[in-house]
Amino acid sequence: MSAVDTPSPPAGRHHETLDTVVVRFAGDSGDGMQLAGTQFTNVSAAFGNDVSTLPDFPAEIRAPAGTIAGVSGFQICFSSHDIYTPGDEVDTLVAMNPAALKSNLQDLKRGGTLIVNEDAFEKSNLQKAGYDSNPLEDGEALAGYRVHRVPMTRLTRDSVEGLGLSQREADRCKNFFALGLVYWLYDRDPKPTEEWVKAKFASKPVIAEANLRALKGGSNYGFSTESFTVHYEVPPARLAPGKYRKITGNEALAMGMATAAKVSGLNLVFSGYPITPASDVLHELSRLKNFGVTTFQAEDEIAAMSATVGAAFGGALAVTASSGPGICLKGEAMGLGMITELPMVIIDVQRGGPSTGLPTKTEQSDLLLVMFGRNGESPLPVLAAATPGDCFWTMQEALRIAVEFMTPVVLLSDGYIANGAEPWRVPKVDDLQPIRVEHPVEPNTEDGFRPYLRDERLVRPWAVPGTPGLEHRVGGLEKADITGDVEYSPENHQHMSDVRRRKVEGIARFIPEQEVDGPESGDLLVVSWGGTFGAVRTAVRKCQEAGLSVAHAHVRYLNPFPANLETVLSRYRHVLIPELNLGQLSFIIRSRYLTDVISLNKIQGKPFKVGEVASKIKEILSN
Amino acid sequence: MSSLLPQLTAKDFASDQEVRWCPRCGDYSILAQMKKVLPELGIPREKFCFVSGIGCSSRFPYYMNTYGFHGIHGRAPAVATGLKLANPDMQVWVITGDGDALSIGGNHLMHAIRRNIDLNIVLFNNQIYGLTKGQYSPTSPRGSRTKSTPYGSVDNPLCPLSVAIGCEATFVARSVDVDIRHLAGVLTQAAHHKGTSFVEVYQDCNVFNSGAFRYASKKGEKEDHVVYLEDGKPLIFGKNRDKGVRLNAYGRPEVVELSSGISEDDLLFHDSKAEDPSLAFLLARMRYPDFPEPLGVLRNVERPVYDESVRQQVQEATERLGEGDLDALFNSGDTWIVE
Ligand code: SF4
Repeated sequence: MSAVDTPSPPAGRHHETLDTVVVRFAGDSGDGMQLAGTQFTNVSAAFGNDVSTLPDFPAEIRAPAGTIAGVSGFQICFSSHDIYTPGDEVDTLVAMNPAALKSNLQDLKRGGTLIVNEDAFEKSNLQKAGYDSNPLEDGEALAGYRVHRVPMTRLTRDSVEGLGLSQREADRCKNFFALGLVYWLYDRDPKPTEEWVKAKFASKPVIAEANLRALKGGSNYGFSTESFTVHYEVPPARLAPGKYRKITGNEALAMGMATAAKVSGLNLVFSGYPITPASDVLHELSRLKNFGVTTFQAEDEIAAMSATVGAAFGGALAVTASSGPGICLKGEAMGLGMITELPMVIIDVQRGGPSTGLPTKTEQSDLLLVMFGRNGESPLPVLAAATPGDCFWTMQEALRIAVEFMTPVVLLSDGYIANGAEPWRVPKVDDLQPIRVEHPVEPNTEDGFRPYLRDERLVRPWAVPGTPGLEHRVGGLEKADITGDVEYSPENHQHMSDVRRRKVEGIARFIPEQEVDGPESGDLLVVSWGGTFGAVRTAVRKCQEAGLSVAHAHVRYLNPFPANLETVLSRYRHVLIPELNLGQLSFIIRSRYLTDVISLNKIQGKPFKVGEVASKIKEILSN
Repeated sequence: MSSLLPQLTAKDFASDQEVRWCPRCGDYSILAQMKKVLPELGIPREKFCFVSGIGCSSRFPYYMNTYGFHGIHGRAPAVATGLKLANPDMQVWVITGDGDALSIGGNHLMHAIRRNIDLNIVLFNNQIYGLTKGQYSPTSPRGSRTKSTPYGSVDNPLCPLSVAIGCEATFVARSVDVDIRHLAGVLTQAAHHKGTSFVEVYQDCNVFNSGAFRYASKKGEKEDHVVYLEDGKPLIFGKNRDKGVRLNAYGRPEVVELSSGISEDDLLFHDSKAEDPSLAFLLARMRYPDFPEPLGVLRNVERPVYDESVRQQVQEATERLGEGDLDALFNSGDTWIVE
């Protein structure tokens, strides 16, 4: 947060204009923090700020109230220029109870604003959070922050008095009180939230009224008490002109699939099994049935993958989505999709691993799994989305490659971009790329249909069951080329393994070359992939502004790599690869190109901070 | 049969692949009956698809000149489900075995059946793993001495028909590989049923478990060990058709001699259309040697069919919301203009 104009002296209340602010709401998982954060995002986006969000919630649906394990947070960065990350440090932290304070205070910047619900700081909550004494009373603990002790529980109850609510119901409006207060603090127009409340609780007018009163109560409190001496404004961002909406990565994937169904003219069959953080893809998509979409909630991950293979054989656009543990289970059937050379997309919304790991936290540790995690030689194209909005485009690109090259394609997302939101420029339908589909209707030789007769790109035909004269069999046993008959001969297996690999490698000729942001050659190239795009792009730009010779290559196509990637890497003295794993892309790049790279690895369930990447860049360039 | 369709024969359904089961394997007979039944259904050849998993029986699709998909171990019902959802006009047959369907693929079998998706599942039960050369299977009797159980298995076997009924199956039947006319009849009825048809076929694995179903297949022996089910008819069996099954005072089945003052009217009458599955379950529990084992259709009822319901939801959503409009989708929710 940097002040654009100089604040006036602290005589009475004053107004400051800022260009970027980070707010975090933190409370118990029952406190409605995700809702407060989402509403704050919506009003900021609607106002025209660029926004980037980071929801952070516990794996347990209802961890014991008041404990650290039960803390749920939602961070939002909003700005008057374009931003790529939810911010490194928090400017304003709202802590609804002691556990939320304890687990979030370290991210609040020195001098930052801390708003606490002081009513929640009673003995049992303090104990559950592991505080020996009340940090609000302790002069030391919170020195250096602008602390606002707000009796939120009591004030919320006062706000809704007279509506006949039970105490429990009244207390559930606390998040709206907190939201109203922060709206006032940052001069937000509450209208979109008011309308949302009215629509959401249309059938419960009393609850609607209570939430509206709490919201108003919060902003009135900010306005009328002396506690808040400053009041901030963040003007709208100067984004590229156009129409915008807010989008999360999972929404964008669902929308991308519906779009692909439309532009290809095929039906789309999505098979999934509930798993965090991929389930929202299934939820979103199941509402889009009128786009030619069928959704199937399978009995397990293996069934979801097997049904995807079956649907692809049946002639539909076939997609499944899961996360690491589910992808492990899908491995065998992914191999089946590979050897039968059928088009489908497997989405992996990565989360912290191994095993069940950190279900609600982000990580990039499935790259090697999706590249190599199948028996036999089983190469698949792999693409990674960079941002929430990019999920839309990557989804369509993945389906395009799948259909054009008759192969399963893996699309990597992660928990950070799946749940994170950003403004997204609404595409024009006319600008969408077509997905061309060819289903043969006639035999491809005089002697009948040959399912493994390939074209010049080594792609076999996609004959759909039901087409007369093209009856054929495929399956998991090794096939003779051309005829597709079962064939175990040594030469054939060598040939088919080579062909399948060459087909996937050949896709490199049909994808864009690797672009670089910054100088074409120089001291350092930072190479990233997936959801770390925002942090890396921001860090590299900052270092460029500081005069360092550094460029950024964000790799969307991880298999095959863009044809020019090796040349690009060779133009810089050093290559740095920051990843939220222990060095998986580094491993591949080293072995593929015999290029040495410097790895920056973080595996804490959290995205990179801009500062972490920037200081690594500086460290390398100062040597 | 539509007059527009060319008359197909069993030959039209034979693929050009050499059939590679062991000599005298029961699978040959099932394949032959299938090829005989399909031309009678009045469905063009390109509308059939055979889907299988892993095991001897799962080679079946390669030998049929229809669409076919040879999948992976246990997953055939799931592959078939995806196919049927994508391509609902296909008549889809799932060919599976006791290991494939009931061991590694138990979960998929259970869920295909309870959804009542329109598949015809034929389970070749030979009570052994043939392809992997002779380990006991989930239907092998307790005490089976096999390669992996040299001292006899200590597992209790499953009864496939009980499993199917427990999964809310709408069509459940049993036949025997060599009982060719009966088998053809059962397959025909399975083909006509809307929803999941589940057919268990006693199949002789000539190499690893020869004669396991001798009691139910050998002429001169089987008459005393099986009872053919016919709707509205009493359960009578025996070489001289002098034995029957009736319910005793506790509602349990018992075998009775017809000569001893018991008339046919006292016997249990078959009703495959009974809504309640109790009768079908009771029949499924009748096992050799205590009872004659029922052959034929145990249960045949109508319930909503999964793939039809799925399609109906898509249609209804399209009628209610109109054909999906991308522009409207992109612009849904709050939008704002940046100048
Ligand atoms: S092993 Fe048994 S079941 Fe398999 S083909 Fe040979 S006889 Fe048939």
